[in-house]
Amino acid sequence: MSRLAVVVFPGSNCEHDVVSALERVGFQASLVWHQESTLGEVDGVILPGGFAHGDYLRPGAIARFSPVMGAVEEMAREGAPVVGICNGFQVLTEAGLLAGALRRNAGRRFICRPVTCEVRSTSSPLTAACRRGERLVLPINHNEGNFTCDEATARQLFQNEQVVLTYTENPNGSLGDIAGICNEARNVVGLMPHPERASDPLLGSADGLRLLASLATFLEAGRPAAARSSS
Amino acid sequence: MRFAVTVEVTGLEGISDPEGQTIERVLPSLGFEGIGQVRVGKLVSFAMEAASRDEARRRAEELCRRLLANPVTEQAKVMVVPAGEA
Repeated sequence: MSRLAVVVFPGSNCEHDVVSALERVGFQASLVWHQESTLGEVDGVILPGGFAHGDYLRPGAIARFSPVMGAVEEMAREGAPVVGICNGFQVLTEAGLLAGALRRNAGRRFICRPVTCEVRSTSSPLTAACRRGERLVLPINHNEGNFTCDEATARQLFQNEQVVLTYTENPNGSLGDIAGICNEARNVVGLMPHPERASDPLLGSADGLRLLASLATFLEAGRPAAARSSS
Repeated sequence: MRFAVTVEVTGLEGISDPEGQTIERVLPSLGFEGIGQVRVGKLVSFAMEAASRDEARRRAEELCRRLLANPVTEQAKVMVVPAGEA
């Protein structure tokens, strides 16, 4: 069984939901406090949603300097899946592990509602088990979800199919309707919607499990042979 | 020496500023005519020990690059004066 670490910053508030949803799709998941400098014996790491360090200055601006981020960067370099959900996505952009930045929503309102997203690429840790063009209903819950980057970066993101998830109806002004992107190596992925909050029909949608279950597919297919034989 | 440092962080040129635009839109109804290009940003101020004003500026600019401003969306303007001078 694959093990995943879920990082807890002061102000994170989705970590238990993420652990619960990961367990639902067959992972072992453990919480790791941001002051730790190692993540333990894990196959990947999730940065959950919330308001790390109060979102002071800018969301993610201070969290990127937490001691645990060294270990997160190392996992990213090694090709292991690194996932940022909502505030976690903001942390990954601030840390430079993902391109662009997440600005205040265009309408200047906090948005909390389900939205429909479309899978644009199946080559990422969160979409490896999805179909291209598949539509998923996922909740968003954010004030700064308005993805932006310079023109050259935007061109690269779309040409390389690093845009993993888009909104079918743009809720926040996000450039190119972007809801989630991955890095060039395709192992680091960030998204504003919350898959863990769509993990049971009782919650209105279980579509988030499609994304989280993709982690297993990605690990099976994408992990370098050396890493597989050592675990 | 002790210096008073003020950093103004604003959105990059060309990045929309809905807060500034909203303030600008309400101005005519208050009787303020002829005001445009309203931009809203944030101000960070702090005291710094440094050997010289140049060193204080250099360190403050480094701090902007690493923490205070996100270069993807923001620009920072640093002002340094010896502490005690207004």
